[in-house]
Amino acid sequence: MQRLCRAASTALPATGVGVSVMSDQGDPATVAASDPHSATVEDLQFTLGEGPCIDAYNSGSPVMAPDLAVAARVRWPGYGPAAQEHGVQAAFAFPLQIGAARLGALDIYRDQPGSLSPETLVEALTFADAAMTGLLDAQQHSNEDDAAPALDDALDNRFELYQAQGMVAVQLGIGLRESMIRIRAFAYAQNRPLGHVADDIVARRLALETDP
Amino acid sequence: MIAAERLAQVFVELADTLTDDFDLIEFLQLLATHTSDLFDARAAGLLLADQRGRLQVMAASDERAELLELFQVQAHEGPCQDCFTHGEAVVNADLTQAHHRWPTFAPRAVAAGYRSVHAFPLRLRKQTYGALNLFGTDTGQMAPADTKIVQALADIATIGMLQQRAIQRGDDLTEQLQGALNTRIVIEQAKGMIAQTHAITPDQAFNMLRDYCRRNGLPLTDVANRVITAPASLGELMTPA
Repeated sequence: MQRLCRAASTALPATGVGVSVMSDQGDPATVAASDPHSATVEDLQFTLGEGPCIDAYNSGSPVMAPDLAVAARVRWPGYGPAAQEHGVQAAFAFPLQIGAARLGALDIYRDQPGSLSPETLVEALTFADAAMTGLLDAQQHSNEDDAAPALDDALDNRFELYQAQGMVAVQLGIGLRESMIRIRAFAYAQNRPLGHVADDIVARRLALETDP
Repeated sequence: MIAAERLAQVFVELADTLTDDFDLIEFLQLLATHTSDLFDARAAGLLLADQRGRLQVMAASDERAELLELFQVQAHEGPCQDCFTHGEAVVNADLTQAHHRWPTFAPRAVAAGYRSVHAFPLRLRKQTYGALNLFGTDTGQMAPADTKIVQALADIATIGMLQQRAIQRGDDLTEQLQGALNTRIVIEQAKGMIAQTHAITPDQAFNMLRDYCRRNGLPLTDVANRVITAPASLGELMTPA
């Protein structure tokens, strides 16, 4: 994940990139950052309890703050000035989530105010997707070494996958995030494409076991 | 030709939703349903392009899996893809003659029982944001006057989308669009949860969800969120029979 942050920081016009994992219960944590300085800025949000990354997580939408000097006054009276003291003038946060299954957020920092160009935005979303897939992989314990090619990305736009997620959550009495991890783990273990597994769950040809 | 009175009603109802608590998904849903009713189309759907330029299904006049699939496939190929790429309407396409034009899409659409298809761009000035898609079960031609009306409905969709929170910057549109795409996923997850609770299909689950919203005058997005976060507050909707 740190490699991903460094790669993003280099590829994007950004001074730093950070990824934080959050949950509705428990404390949020910065899992990775492109450099120690960005890690400090990332942590700042949790110390102060406010910031773009927290808002992105809560709203499910990206939070674009192209000029912290402006945003600071109204949106984040604590975080804004503090981030600026660390040399951050613009921050962009992208939620890492699939519908209501929320994992965290990816933050992009810049030392100059200004919006992301459309090209940069597409790259940022691609890095956010990669971070999302990376977090899901890290949270499942079963044989990560094999079968990876059979599984395309977690964000393949197939409604059956999201419906299956909801069905498994109710069936096993678990949250949507865990449900997603379980479906992915099953697909890995069986070396089957995620979409096929989802189709089988929706058609009730397959029911995941209570405990793997 | 469409009754002017009925049409006026639809425009008023749509304009009515452009308020502070505007919900993009709800609005697109309403538009898809009305478009389908007005034109005796068998189905209508709205697709929006995400930031990567991939078309995503946002709303449909009905949520049968095979229909959703027909919208989804157009992220790669089909009338909506053409319409989005060129910024121009695709009108009166005969699906039985379209196997060369759309080798994946056309046979599936025919197999689902459709014979004609139309796609109208969601466009403002030079930018195209998505497409309004209509399917018919016969190959009858849509009258030129009617195509103008459908385009007007598509224009309303664009205005509705761009007016929310007075979008002035590209950044605002990014926030809204990505948020709406995620909401669409939440609705699918809620459908799955309802389906499992009542041992029904996701299609039937969507009908239950929509009926619940109508009976209680609640927006789809809110109820879908509550299915996930507070199912106990939804009474029979989330109680197994």
